[in-house]
Amino acid sequence: MTLGPYGPLGSALVSGVMAAIIGFDGLDGLIGSLKARGYRTMGPVASGGAISIRELKSAADLPRGWEDEQAPGTYRLHQTASPDLFNWAVGAGSLKAEVFPPRSIIWQAKAPGYEVEEISDDVPPVAVVGARPCDLAGLRVLDRALGSPPVTDPAYRRRRDAVVLVAVECSRPASTCFCVSMGTGPSASEGFDLALTELGGGYYLARAGSKIGKELLEGLSQRRARREDFARRTELLARAASHMGRSVDQHGLPEMLVRNLSNPLWDEVAKQCLVCGNCTAVCPTCFCSNFEDRTDLSGTVQRERTWASCADLAYSYVHGGPVRASIKSRYRQWVTHKFSWWWDQFGTSGCVGCGRCITWCPAGIDVTEEIAALRASDNAGETHGEAHLQ
Amino acid sequence: MSVAGQVGLAHPKPSLAVWKFASCDGCQVSLLDLEDQLLDLLGALDISYFLEVTRTVVDGPYDLAIVEGSVTTPADAERIKAVRAASHFLVTVGACATAGGIQALRNYADTGEYVPTVYANPAYISSLPTSTPVSAHVTVDFELHGCPINPVQLLEVITAYLAGRAPRIPDFPVCRECKAAGNVCLLVAEGVACLGPVTSAGCGALCPTVGRGCFGCFGPASTVNTASLSSRLAADGASQESLKRIFRGFTAGAPEFEKESSRHDPQP
Ligand code: SF4
Ligand code: SF4
Ligand code: SF4
Repeated sequence: MTLGPYGPLGSALVSGVMAAIIGFDGLDGLIGSLKARGYRTMGPVASGGAISIRELKSAADLPRGWEDEQAPGTYRLHQTASPDLFNWAVGAGSLKAEVFPPRSIIWQAKAPGYEVEEISDDVPPVAVVGARPCDLAGLRVLDRALGSPPVTDPAYRRRRDAVVLVAVECSRPASTCFCVSMGTGPSASEGFDLALTELGGGYYLARAGSKIGKELLEGLSQRRARREDFARRTELLARAASHMGRSVDQHGLPEMLVRNLSNPLWDEVAKQCLVCGNCTAVCPTCFCSNFEDRTDLSGTVQRERTWASCADLAYSYVHGGPVRASIKSRYRQWVTHKFSWWWDQFGTSGCVGCGRCITWCPAGIDVTEEIAALRASDNAGETHGEAHLQ
Repeated sequence: MSVAGQVGLAHPKPSLAVWKFASCDGCQVSLLDLEDQLLDLLGALDISYFLEVTRTVVDGPYDLAIVEGSVTTPADAERIKAVRAASHFLVTVGACATAGGIQALRNYADTGEYVPTVYANPAYISSLPTSTPVSAHVTVDFELHGCPINPVQLLEVITAYLAGRAPRIPDFPVCRECKAAGNVCLLVAEGVACLGPVTSAGCGALCPTVGRGCFGCFGPASTVNTASLSSRLAADGASQESLKRIFRGFTAGAPEFEKESSRHDPQP
């Protein structure tokens, strides 16, 4: 039994509990029970100079005291004396890799009959502890692109349906975060099994968002959540919301971008863009992929799916050459797809405001700044000429 | 890649010839590193010329020629023409054969000046003033980059040739393999100079995975913005001299890297 600031935590269970206060031991118990249920339990660790998502052994692996500083093209991690485990914003890794791995074999066929057999990876189901609200929003976007009719990707759906999400709401956003303006954070309201709020002093408000979340919560050492716990959560989230480093004015944005396809600002950003594809790789919603067939000397044919990027020359290659040969056309494709065409295709923005593409761009290109600059030079109603595709 | 290998075979099994020019042998030996596939390869190809493997030499023409090394002597400039004439499908492998190799550093110096300081009898040295890729001399059907090449990619090129299909060799930057490997970016998180954003993938982000910035061994990716990367590295503190050197490594002779290193050279 642990003594909390508001009284003792115990395992005296109120049945049907949907919210409770847990301590570090509760968190450890949570990771333990996820593992006991057969989940490959992933979560944040301070590794290689950043918060990365790795397999957890116990709550002791969580990044206690670590805090991040993020800026365009720069990320630094430093340790503090704080006992808090979640005093950081998103790192480069996102939930995307868990539901949509960088490479996967789709099917194979073997000589001599070349019967096609579907390959469904039998990896254990994954649980992720420490997913951020923008990560949950990112999954909702991926769900629309990959996991819903008319074209549902079975491999995505399999992994997605199996995943258990323990979200942690944000109390210390980075300077690159803009979830408030994208309407995706810093609070978690849907799409989780459990959502935690780090109240400080080693205590967490835990809310269940699904049947399994409720079952997990009921098994943990805890005490009842009181009104003051919820008040503390509100206060922390309000503070986080007021500490957003950036914002994107979404008003009329899809139309504004389409009006500005020939804005000379694209030429300016093209001077910096490395077309390295780091932005698309770290983006929790970028889902473009290649399907390629490979033969081997024994006569086996495999179709493999790999992450692709609109930054690639080869990605727009059609008969006769690439449609987007210039750097400018590829950067513009990325921004206009995310913030404009995505609405037409999926009824949502392709951006959830996580800021990853800003931090992890080696050239330090800030998409919020680019959009603001386009808006500043936009003459509403007047189209900047016809788009040149190259 | 065309399916040239499949038509008019000179032998019942396609014949393989492996040639060496100015190089260290590392790339051709990587064929032997494919231990698990070696028997399958021998079953699919006749080794007609491969001095690292056998002294038996079968005369050409050859179906598949793998050429390692750069052209650095007048004799080799002639020999590569003979190799081309005897080869149906010619693949160059490695930084030397595709970009001139580390020895292309001579392209930035005067060989006439330093040969006497290196060799006791400079009169015996018959050397060209530059080290150039094979493609500067003859038509090349496919170039496989790397210093050394990735044996798995070499296997892919040979397998694709045998199947008459295009090889799956990416031309996007190393960063993509680095991210797929789940690495934390050294450039962003530590300020380490890394050529990953301008270098072709293929190594599987070998160096960044062990905490070293990319050296550019696989040469320029299909689209590069070296000037932007230089600005970033300069902002992190790289001097003009180090910018010159960083682009002047194993693929110093690749045109995009040559141009960028020369931009930072006070005496071009
Ligand atoms: S915007 Fe940045 S991360 Fe994206 S391709 Fe350009 S340089 Fe790379
Ligand atoms: S576009 Fe950038 S900020 Fe938006 S979701 Fe993708 S990585 Fe995050
Ligand atoms: S470490 Fe190098 S290769 Fe890896 S993402 Fe960063 S810049 Fe690219």
